[in-house]
Amino acid sequence: MISDMNPEDIVGEFKEVTLDLYNSVSRKILYTDIETPYPDGKLIVSTTTPEGIIAHVNSAFIQMSGFTEEELIGTPHSILRHPDMPPAAFKDLWNTVIKGDKWQGFVKNLRKDGGFYWVKATVIPNVRQGKVVGFTSVRRKPSRTKVDECTALYPPMF
Amino acid sequence: MSFMFTVSPGFSPAHLSGWYIFNTWLQKQTELAIHLELHDNFHAQTEAIKNDNVDLIYANSFDAAMLMRDKGFFPLVKAKGKSDEAIIAVNSGNTVEDVAHLEPGTRVAYTDDPDVKMMGMIMLEPADLDATNIESVVANTNILVAKKLLKGDADAGIFLAEAFDDLSKMIKMQLRVLVRSEISDIHHSLMIGPKLLDKREEIQKSLLEMNACDKGLGVLNSLGFDAWEKVEADEIEFMIDLVDALSM
Ligand SMILES: Cc1cc2nc3c(=O)[nH]c(=O)nc-3n(C[C@H](O)[C@H](O)[C@H](O)COP(=O)(O)O)c2cc1C
Repeated sequence: MISDMNPEDIVGEFKEVTLDLYNSVSRKILYTDIETPYPDGKLIVSTTTPEGIIAHVNSAFIQMSGFTEEELIGTPHSILRHPDMPPAAFKDLWNTVIKGDKWQGFVKNLRKDGGFYWVKATVIPNVRQGKVVGFTSVRRKPSRTKVDECTALYPPMF
Repeated sequence: MSFMFTVSPGFSPAHLSGWYIFNTWLQKQTELAIHLELHDNFHAQTEAIKNDNVDLIYANSFDAAMLMRDKGFFPLVKAKGKSDEAIIAVNSGNTVEDVAHLEPGTRVAYTDDPDVKMMGMIMLEPADLDATNIESVVANTNILVAKKLLKGDADAGIFLAEAFDDLSKMIKMQLRVLVRSEISDIHHSLMIGPKLLDKREEIQKSLLEMNACDKGLGVLNSLGFDAWEKVEADEIEFMIDLVDALSM
């Protein structure tokens, strides 16, 4: 389950919005303008169940998201959903990987402290003996030009 | 009957003799005739695998996919605490401080090691560099990548981190590291082929106990690590997916 964000966790001045997530879950989001830069040379990795529930995260994931491993495992991946991300991006992600294809895109992610970080993400289906047993996402550092393009492009899509 | 053992090219030359010593140790332990054949480049190794001329291999993550899915290989062990990482370095006289500041048209030197090249190219992406807007300078070895930088024949070099660390002090002094990967999930593994599968458990056991005696430990140290660690097929599958995602 995803709970509302807690004002005590937030660092800096924040705005408030309620997001409607998949399965009629709604979540109160508290978010700030503070960006955490992507660390050079690292990859942020997570694996989910076929339903998008987080099953594995690496240490860079924990460090960048600000959550503990216990808070992440067993939680829907939309725990990182930032209000500035257009829902169409995630629709496209799911449509693509369910077909068995790879998806790539630039994603603005929400941190536990209300801040954000940009990633270049690739999501691929994990196929074992011909069956999709889950999905893996690998994120790397995006270029500033690409992030600026997305910042300009994403909000008008709402 | 003799079995063929090979080590993926691209390892640090400092460990070349170590692999021969390791093969001698392995033959004694298993009482099998094992022939170590080192290929000069990845192309020659791929040919040998295709022709089923490999029974045991210290393979990188790229080859692990093909070996497991198409050739019936299984992973045995990996070097404990070691992972394959890449470095982007420039001549120490270069004024660039951050990879992100490298410009299109940058001459990038690298070897034909596909893992290392892939990791290096990913670390160039923050500068909007990719295969279409860099000038490739292909070198045979990591040492030759360093020489290209020293001579000014390339602006940036992609190195296997371990091979970079093993360069002489003299050379390293004239180079500067811009970025070193911290991926930790990509590693070589010792893999065993169909003809040796009935010996899988026995060989794996010997390898895992290798550091318990002084002699075995000495052999391991000549390879640059202290112990082998068990690798399950699941872990290799995870690594293959990771590399697959990174190759996009
Ligand atoms: C492997 C994998 C990784 C994902 N990573 C993220 C992520 O980092 N951030 C994010 O907002 N959504 C991510 N998603 C998409 C979420 O599952 C979800 O679709 C999205 O957050 C939007 O929420 P909603 O589908 O509930 O509307 C990922 C999905 C998969 C399968």
